Amino acid sequence: MPLRSFFRHVIFLPLFAPTMMHGIGMVYLFGNKGLLTALGLRVGLYGPVGIILSEIVYTFPQAFLILLISLSTSDYRLYEAAESLGADSLRKFRTVTLPGVKYGLANAFIVSFILAFTDFGAPKVVGGNYNVLATDIYKQVIGQQNFSMGATVGILLLLPAVVAFCVEQYMRRQQGGVINARSVPYRVRPDKMRDAVAFLYCGSVAFCIVGLLGVVVFAALVKVWPYTLSPTLDHFSFRYVAGNGLETYLNSIAVAAASAVAGTLFVFCAAYLFEKTRRFSPARRVGRFLALLPLALPGLVIGLAYIFFFNRTVFPLPGGIVLPNPFRGLYGSAAILVLANVVHFLSVAFLTATTALRKLDDEFEQVGESLGVPFYRIFTAVTVPMCLPAIFEIALYFFVNAMVTISAVVFLYPPGFKLASVAIVNMTDAGDIAPAAAMSVLIVLTNIAVRAVFEGVTGSVRRRTAVWMRSEGV
Amino acid sequence: MKKAMVLACALALSLFAAVGPALAGNLVVYTALEDDQIPTYLESFKKAHPDISVTIVRDSTGVVTAKLLAEKDNPVADVVWGTAATSLLILQGEELLEGYDPKGIERVLPEFKDSASPVRWVGIDAWMTAFVVNEIEMKSKNLPHPQSYENLLDPKYKGLVVMPNPASSGTGFLTVSAILQLFGEEKGWAYLDKLNENIAVYTHSGSAPAKLAGTGEYPIGISFGYRGIIQKRKGEPVATIFPKEGSGWELEANALIKKKEIKPEAKIFLDWAISDAAIAEYSKNFAIVSVPGIGSVPEGFPADPVKQMVRNDLVWAAESRERILDEWNKRYGMKETR
Repeated sequence: MPLRSFFRHVIFLPLFAPTMMHGIGMVYLFGNKGLLTALGLRVGLYGPVGIILSEIVYTFPQAFLILLISLSTSDYRLYEAAESLGADSLRKFRTVTLPGVKYGLANAFIVSFILAFTDFGAPKVVGGNYNVLATDIYKQVIGQQNFSMGATVGILLLLPAVVAFCVEQYMRRQQGGVINARSVPYRVRPDKMRDAVAFLYCGSVAFCIVGLLGVVVFAALVKVWPYTLSPTLDHFSFRYVAGNGLETYLNSIAVAAASAVAGTLFVFCAAYLFEKTRRFSPARRVGRFLALLPLALPGLVIGLAYIFFFNRTVFPLPGGIVLPNPFRGLYGSAAILVLANVVHFLSVAFLTATTALRKLDDEFEQVGESLGVPFYRIFTAVTVPMCLPAIFEIALYFFVNAMVTISAVVFLYPPGFKLASVAIVNMTDAGDIAPAAAMSVLIVLTNIAVRAVFEGVTGSVRRRTAVWMRSEGV
Repeated sequence: MKKAMVLACALALSLFAAVGPALAGNLVVYTALEDDQIPTYLESFKKAHPDISVTIVRDSTGVVTAKLLAEKDNPVADVVWGTAATSLLILQGEELLEGYDPKGIERVLPEFKDSASPVRWVGIDAWMTAFVVNEIEMKSKNLPHPQSYENLLDPKYKGLVVMPNPASSGTGFLTVSAILQLFGEEKGWAYLDKLNENIAVYTHSGSAPAKLAGTGEYPIGISFGYRGIIQKRKGEPVATIFPKEGSGWELEANALIKKKEIKPEAKIFLDWAISDAAIAEYSKNFAIVSVPGIGSVPEGFPADPVKQMVRNDLVWAAESRERILDEWNKRYGMKETR
């Protein structure tokens, strides 16, 4: 299919943009004065329709990421076997492809469901009067300062995470390693008809995404939307608005970089220990459950919980013992932002890591063991190189999310250390939509640039380590 | 690869180290004032006290209040500046505020400050309800601008009016509470029932209706005066109309946070924050300031702004808040979107 890598990159764009940007784009396209509305396409944006549209855009790249990792590591030998047994393509799809990505498919479904369930940005901007739990929490906590009611609703939001964990456990029993030491990667054979259909589909998806974000770029470059459409670059100066020059932008980059490094190290090591060790099975199960939990936590809850925990001077223990809080210093420093980001975005990163690790056969460890190679050698010499694509995706995932996140960090940023994403919300609150759009554009460009650098620098590494993908097994 | 990781770790650590100590010896001020106002106000403070360094934490009223409540055990802020008085009343209920009479407190009108002595909070300015109307859209629909609350009930405005949800927005609440105080509770609810017929959407934030009016999404927004006037200055085709019957209003106020070590600079800041110089700055943006006779009414506001304000009992409003919101939610909380 032509333009494959282009599509692959475009699909990640929504992840690169602050949710506010999606909201602004939706309103400019489908709102009562929107471009498409003016052309006669009335969708009734404010309400469930708007929420569903936004959530599709918002969850698309996340589901895509999980499915991509899942599909890209399928074993070609199975297809060959199916073919030699005379299976047609439908049957191949049903008996080889689907079972192979079952785990990824279920994860993608669960992740999308929970993300949409707990998302607050879209319902706030385009939800109209349609009440969802996530906005209810906001009304309780921010509108009425009713923390206990907010906490109660927060627990309700956790229920899907429990369901997700049960499903995950069930699927885990169903599927062991698919890639083993003798695997051969999937090879795509040319097929004009299939490619044309795929091209059409990818093209329309890409068109929707580019259109949505493009209209925001446009809004950042005109004077007063939608009445004075003369071009201007004024909005990029960020004077007299919450942007505070470019300071917030640089703060965001520093925090995002730190979050990417800390998060990736932590997640991959944790996932490895959970997947590839054999002792302490109950503890590993608890760990897996805990790793999935943050997915269902609204950032608001994480933010406030962190204040409650890290800002305490002492913890009274039963029996009259008073324990001074050793983590007190974190609150009011930028490190707490990194910590909050790592926890907040742990789940999808963790799922990506486990999906990749699960695909690797345990044989590698067993062979290593029998040859007397210590586990850390296997880890650095086999596991890490083979999972490198997943590791890079995880790092990038942490980076871009840290760039755009708002809900948790709005409570945690230290005085004098504001982040660009928070500035965007403040700007939209103050009615400075155009500078907010401009800052969003800057963030998107940064994320694209970081992605490009990632791919450039690591391209050679990947070529070296992905040798197995081209040759006949390892 | 390894080098990059070491570098990034070092970066993370240095961040941690750099930001931590910056807090000590620094006055931390929490505020809900608008971002475009703060730098000019602070310039005036810097002129008077060049030796005091101030760190501003700005956010919307709800977030600032939630943050202060969550930090209750170990407050970070030294001073709250320009934040809704009803929010400060909540903080006062949690015993988070320390009484302090700033210099010149006697100049502040009595309805703009706490009745206790020393005062726990003192107002600096007031903002009021106004309709923000999109002139282009109204003209193309051939509709007159609504001039009063009564006008808004006209069926021809059906589906064109937007107002903030009082449960999430301070502006929404002050408008509802003003209507209830203006018409009396029974008639007030009857009025809101009818108004509900014309409302297209209840928004989350108080400035959203004005913004939606500015972009023509919904041509009539019930919002507050400052917002509409600023949008006009930025070139949006909006008119700001103060309702004939009078406007609901709310104070922006300052307070000293109760903590173990109250910095002397905090009191200096609060003294400055109601000084003539500071009030003169506020009066450039607000028609009503808490010290009479300073500055002139900015363009776009009514000539006699005090007359425009309805009689508003802030303490009644704070006490009845929960009851009003429950009733409001029962009546309009589940309104279907049109």
